[in-house]
Parts: sequence; structure tokens; C-alpha cells
Amino acid sequence: MRKQLMKGNEAIVKSAILAGCRAFYGYPITPASEITETAALYMPKCGGVFVQAESEVAAINMLYGASAAGVRAMTASSGPGISLMQEGISYMAGAELPCVIADVMRGGPGLGNINSEQGDYNQVVKGGGHGNYHTLVLAPHSVQEMADLTALAFELADRYRNPVFVLADGFVGQMMEPVEFPEQAVAAPTPHWAVTGTAETRSNVINSLHMGADELETHVLELEKKYRLAEQREARAEDWFTDDAEIVLVGYGIVGRILKAVTAEARAAGIKVGLLRPITLYPFPVERFRRLLPRAKLFVVVEMSNGQLLDDVRLALNGARPVEFLSRMGGNVPSHEDVYRFVRERAHALKTAAGAEEERLAHV
Amino acid sequence: MSSDTAVEYEVAQGRSKSFYPRFERKDELQHQTHYCPGCGHGVVHKMLARAIDELGIQDRTILVGPVGCSVFTYYYFDLGNVQAAHGRAPAVSTALKRSRPESIVISYQGDGDLSAIGAAEILHAANRGENITVIFVNNAIYSMTGGQAAPTTLLGQKSTTTPEGRSALGEGYPLHESELLATLEAPVYIERVGLGDNKQIAQAARAIRRAVENQVRGLGFSLVEVLSPCPTIWKMQPVEAQHWVRDVMEKTFPLGVLRDRTREAQPRPAPATPPALEEIPRLLGLEHGERLVKDERQVLNLAGNGSALKRTGERARAAEVDLEVRIAGFGGQGVLLLGEVLAEAGLESGLEVSWLPSYGPEMRSGTSNCHVRLASQSIDSPLVSAPGILVAMNEPSLRKFDRTVRPGGWVIYNGEEFPADCVRPDVRVVALPFTKIAHELGDARASNMIMLGVLLEIAGVLPDASVAAALRRLVRNPRWVELDERAMAGGRARYREMFAEVHA
Repeated sequence: MRKQLMKGNEAIVKSAILAGCRAFYGYPITPASEITETAALYMPKCGGVFVQAESEVAAINMLYGASAAGVRAMTASSGPGISLMQEGISYMAGAELPCVIADVMRGGPGLGNINSEQGDYNQVVKGGGHGNYHTLVLAPHSVQEMADLTALAFELADRYRNPVFVLADGFVGQMMEPVEFPEQAVAAPTPHWAVTGTAETRSNVINSLHMGADELETHVLELEKKYRLAEQREARAEDWFTDDAEIVLVGYGIVGRILKAVTAEARAAGIKVGLLRPITLYPFPVERFRRLLPRAKLFVVVEMSNGQLLDDVRLALNGARPVEFLSRMGGNVPSHEDVYRFVRERAHALKTAAGAEEERLAHV
Repeated sequence: MSSDTAVEYEVAQGRSKSFYPRFERKDELQHQTHYCPGCGHGVVHKMLARAIDELGIQDRTILVGPVGCSVFTYYYFDLGNVQAAHGRAPAVSTALKRSRPESIVISYQGDGDLSAIGAAEILHAANRGENITVIFVNNAIYSMTGGQAAPTTLLGQKSTTTPEGRSALGEGYPLHESELLATLEAPVYIERVGLGDNKQIAQAARAIRRAVENQVRGLGFSLVEVLSPCPTIWKMQPVEAQHWVRDVMEKTFPLGVLRDRTREAQPRPAPATPPALEEIPRLLGLEHGERLVKDERQVLNLAGNGSALKRTGERARAAEVDLEVRIAGFGGQGVLLLGEVLAEAGLESGLEVSWLPSYGPEMRSGTSNCHVRLASQSIDSPLVSAPGILVAMNEPSLRKFDRTVRPGGWVIYNGEEFPADCVRPDVRVVALPFTKIAHELGDARASNMIMLGVLLEIAGVLPDASVAAALRRLVRNPRWVELDERAMAGGRARYREMFAEVHA
């Protein structure tokens, strides 16, 4: 199919419909609104349901209903709206209902601002709702990945019967790049556990309530089994010149793109720099980090938030290597010039002091 | 008693088919529900089950259970069961019904669930006229959590959170949810009934049956509010509680029909047949076929000034074309469209492209800007922090970005006079009153396209056919296409006049 120039926010919806999504419930919020608008335009034409909900609270509970009915369903929002959805996300994880949620991150906390940021990492990756659950989280860094990872998100949601996030930032949502879609649309089969209003599904129950202590513990342990399986099978990352890298840059989303530019500049200057870009944030690609340990001397986490990704990188490395940190927030972006300067200094320090210094944690 | 004598009794009201034969909620007492003696829920359950039986819709019915005493509906009703979060049953029901229009969706809620935490969900489901049935059991108290005040608690009524009795000054007045919903246009049927005596109970059964039947007929939103006794929390004997419904509660919440449009309401049209799967890509506007130009080598005029714009030395990968453009101006000057046409033309020419806007309130006032990259190699970062070409459509934009232009780059500036303090020896400038020129061409709003014309001449990498195709893709109005094409040609001509000597 011919490549088309479109916004990430538009690509998400088209990919979702091609992947068999036939229900969208959303509430507008900058910078995610185009997703809801695009769904309003295309979902009814393609035989799906679109409702602009009265709130994000209602929207996620509508997803609960659509998913209970066995339909591939999605919503989209940004920080403040995702906060409101956390209740429903917890219920969906508890009731083992699949769905796809796109979070096009903006600045926070509170009303923050509408600029691009990555401050939703913790509330999305760590599960901002109550109880013992995880959501699977995919982090696109291009418009093409907005499309590809949305399709994957529906597959994973069904495979694990669990909510899956597409965690993007304002830039990836708002920017336009050429994108190519699959030639064929997919028809999603109705899952056997759904409640569809038929004799065959009459005995099905969608529920997250387990009154007995043992009963609930058993349920949570079953969920845990799924998460362990996902950790073994679904962790994804992109290696970019990491083979011989001594300094490994780590960043996701738009930051991943900037770090590719930095890597190119650093390599041209003879500095052995590579990029490890997590594509799944949960499950976190822990093994991909450990694989780099023989050559890597230093990891540098770059994010548009206050050290949220940093925590996961530290957990993955478990103290094996120093982890440094560079961040911009509020809608500011770490420019590749800034990051390159940081990398050049660290490369120099590595040669002279061989890592004897303390880890540097910097807001540029 | 011998088995013979059993036939002498006629069972007046047997167990409804829509109930399970045994209730697994209670391990040892599976003939019982978990409800307290004298609780209204059991009665309402029976009436609902009987309505479903009579209408012959057991297989089609989906019951959405709430949070509260009736949370365990799925233990009793042999129906499709979905348990919802506190107050959210109408939102859950909305989606179930919309995705499964053939099903019968019943949202069962208590007064805390529906009128407090779920006030928004019920209001909007009713206002959308969702074709669902809502059973609203009102006992004027939070029972399951041990007797706290509800929005429906009566004035003077004691609860654990109104120990001195509800006061209008402190807690406001009892919320009349049914009356509130009856002010909306969409609901078809709203009635308040009670369980205060046998006559009331008989009417309640009729109302519940009607509310379900309305949905079977496709008429729209129906709600039955049932005033229901809670002897345990009210601290009354069951009979006393029943009398309290009739003698006290009913004075605050009068029984009766609050909305009945079942006669005039038209059945909703059946949902349209969904399109065939093969139709979906076309419906999404995803085009088949190839771009005008596939092989970039045929089209890239690398002898142009484009080569001067390549990043010098710092890129690891050699790039034939690597154009980095920043376009900035006031909102409304066509900043984003200029960038889009450029990016679309690049894609049309077989280049890798990216377009990244500033977004949000800036679009409505103040400044607007976008980053555009065109490259023959894949684009790492779409952010342009050091542009090879800056298009500044006003002076504030020039001053914001002029220092970022890379050495050897260009500034295209909309203004007769280029500010002296912005002059840099390592940057070339095309400064013209583009707005005025556009006005003379026919419309001042075409100034962005004149500037694009200049930019295309400087870049020298995009074939005319690609630009024309991009413009036609993005600008639908033929009058504007014609004007924009003239504007672009005008821009190109201006540039050639200015730099005739250089090219000669």
C-alpha cells in the first residue's frame, strides 16, 4: 500500500480499525484529541461504534462494556484523562478484559500544560490504579510505529486478556511522517468468554469481585502467571549501534529519535555510543540491557520526565554499571546538541577517570 | 406427606427460569439469597426475572450488576452477567448495547450507586437515550457499607454519617433523580414505584415489565425507581419497614409515572449492515498505487543549492539530500500548511520526510511554527534545532529563530527591511514584503505559497510535478489551488531575479 503522510494520532485510529477494532469511546484532550476526532469520522463508516463520553471515567467503563461484549475496543487520552481512567483500568485488568488505551503524554502534574512530556511513565507502566495488576505498555517513536504498535497492542490485549497501552508523547502524536498500513483489514473473532446476549454466552460472567481470601489470591496468582509469561515473551527493544558501545543511551518515544541523531554524531566523532530503545516499557526489556554489559561502561538515560524511566533502567542493571541521567521537562526537549555535549564529556571522563566519579544526574 | 398429596397444591408463583436453580453464593444454604429478611432486592429480582421469562428474552438478556448490596446479581440470574464498577453500570450498559444491539441490557443500580457516584453516568446515558432498561432501587441509605447517608436520605433521617439526622443546611435536600431525568428529552419511560404494600408491589411488577418491554420494542431509555425497604439498616422489623416505605418515604418521593412516551416513540432503526472487510482500507482513505515518482535518483536535482544545505561533516551517514527547515509566523499565516505542502511534495518525490508542529493554543493566537525535514536517508530526529532554511513570516519569529540557522543556511523573511541586528555574515537572506506581493496577486493569504516558491528554488531538490501533486492533495478548493500555484511561481520568479547573477 502507498505510503501516506499523516499524524501519529490519525495513524493510531486507522491501524486500530484495520486490526478489527470496532468500538471507540473517548473524551477530548490536547494533545490526543485528533485520535477521538479521527475515530468519530471513521468508526461509524467502518461498522463500528463511536461515542464521545461524558468523562474519561465513563469512557473507560464504556470500554469495559464493549470488551465484555467481545469487541476490540479502544480509547485515547493524555495525563489528566488517564488519571481518571485508572479506576476502570484496574477493573478491566481484574476482570481480564482486553482493550487498547493510547496515552499521548502532556506536561504535568495537575493541569501542567499541553506540551509534550513523558511524565505519565509511572502511572502507566507501574499501573496507576489500585490492586495487583500490570498493563502492557508499548512506546512508539515514529508515526509508522504508532500504526504498527497499535495493531500489536490489540494482539497482545487479546492474547493476555489485559489492557494494553500505547504510550506516546505529544510530538509523536502530533507529527506527520509517511506511514504504510497492511493491505488487508483483520476481522477479530469474538472471544469465547464474552457476554454477547446469546444462548451460548449466557453462562459467562465478567467480574472482578472475589470475596474469599483464597479465591482472590488464586485469581491474582493467575494474573501473575500471565505477567511472567509476557515478561518472557513480549519484551521488545531496538538496538542502535550497541554492538561495541561503551556508552549506551537509553530513551523511548521522541527521545529515541533524538538519541539516534546523537548516536550518529558521536559515532562520526569516533565515540563508541549506542542506543537501546525500549519498545515495551512493561514488560521492561531487562535481558536486552544485560546483554550489553560485557562492553558497556556507562548507561545514560534521557527522558522528558523526572527520572521515571531511570528507575527501571537501574532495576534492570541492578548496580552492574553506573547509570546517568539527563532530562528536560515542561515541554522542553533535550536537543541532540545538549545530549551530544553530555555524551562527549562523559566519553572524555571515561577515558581519564575510568568511571571513578559519581553518577551524574542532570536536568539540562 | 405422601407424594400423592403434593399434586393437590397449585404452585402460584414458581421459580423463574431466569434464576439459577441453586444459588452458589451461600455454601450451605443454596436455596437462599444473601439478602436480609424483608429486603426489597429479592422482590425486585423476582419481578425482573418474571418479566424476562414472560418476554422470552432470557438468552438475549445481559444484566449489569452494580456495587452495593445487589453486587451478587450474577449468583442469582441465569443471564449473561457483567459486574460493573460503582456507579458506572450505565456506561458499561451503553457499550454492551451499542456493540450488541440485539441483546437486552438491564442496568441494575442502588441509590448510592446511581444518584451519588454514578450521577454523571446515569444522566448522560439517559440524555443520549440509550436503549437500555435501568432498575433503580432506592432505599434512602448506603446499606452494604453499613448505613451512611445517600443523596436520597430523607430530611431528618439518621445515618452513620448524619448521626443527628439529615439537615437541608448541611447535606442538602433528598435528590429526586427520577424527576431530574424526566426533564430530559430522550427518556421514553420513567416511573417511580414502591414496595410499601401489595398494591404497590403489583404496580412495581407492571412497571418493570414495561421498562424491559420498551427495550425489546426498541423504543429507548426506560427507568423504574423502586422505593425499597431496608429493615436491617433502618433498624426496623420487616413489616414496619414496609410501612415506612408507604407512610414516610413516599411523602418525599411520590409514586407515579414521570415520563411516558411509549406510544409516540418510534422503534429505533436497525443498525446498518457493516461494510465488507475488503472495503475497510478504501473507507479509511488508504490509497493503493504508487507515488508519481518512485526512483529518487531521477528527480533529485543535486546540482541545486540543496547541496549547500547538507549538514557538514557531523553526520555519520552521507546524505544526498538532508533538508532541515523551520517555518514560523503568526497563527493564520499558513505556517503549518506551508510545511505540509513541502513534506507532502518530498514524499511524492520519494524522499523520507517528517513534519512536526507546535500545537495547542498557539494555533489560535500568537506564534506558530513547524519543523520539516526532507532526506534521502531515513530521518533520525524530526526536531529541527539548527535549520538550513528558516522561513520567518514575521519579525518575532525571525528574532526567535535567526540565531539557530546553521552556517551557510538561508533565511526567507516576510518584510521589506531585514532588521540590521539580525544580519549574519554566514547566512543568506531573501527579505521581501511577501504579504504585499500576495495581496497584489489576489489574496494576502497566499503569502505562504510565495515563500514556499522561494524555498523550493533555494532547495532545488523537488520536481514541479511533485509540488503540484502535493498542493492538489492538501488544498481542495480549485480557486485556491490556482492562486497558490501562481503564488509559488511568483516566489520562484522573485528568487531567480534576485539571484540571477549567482546562477549566471
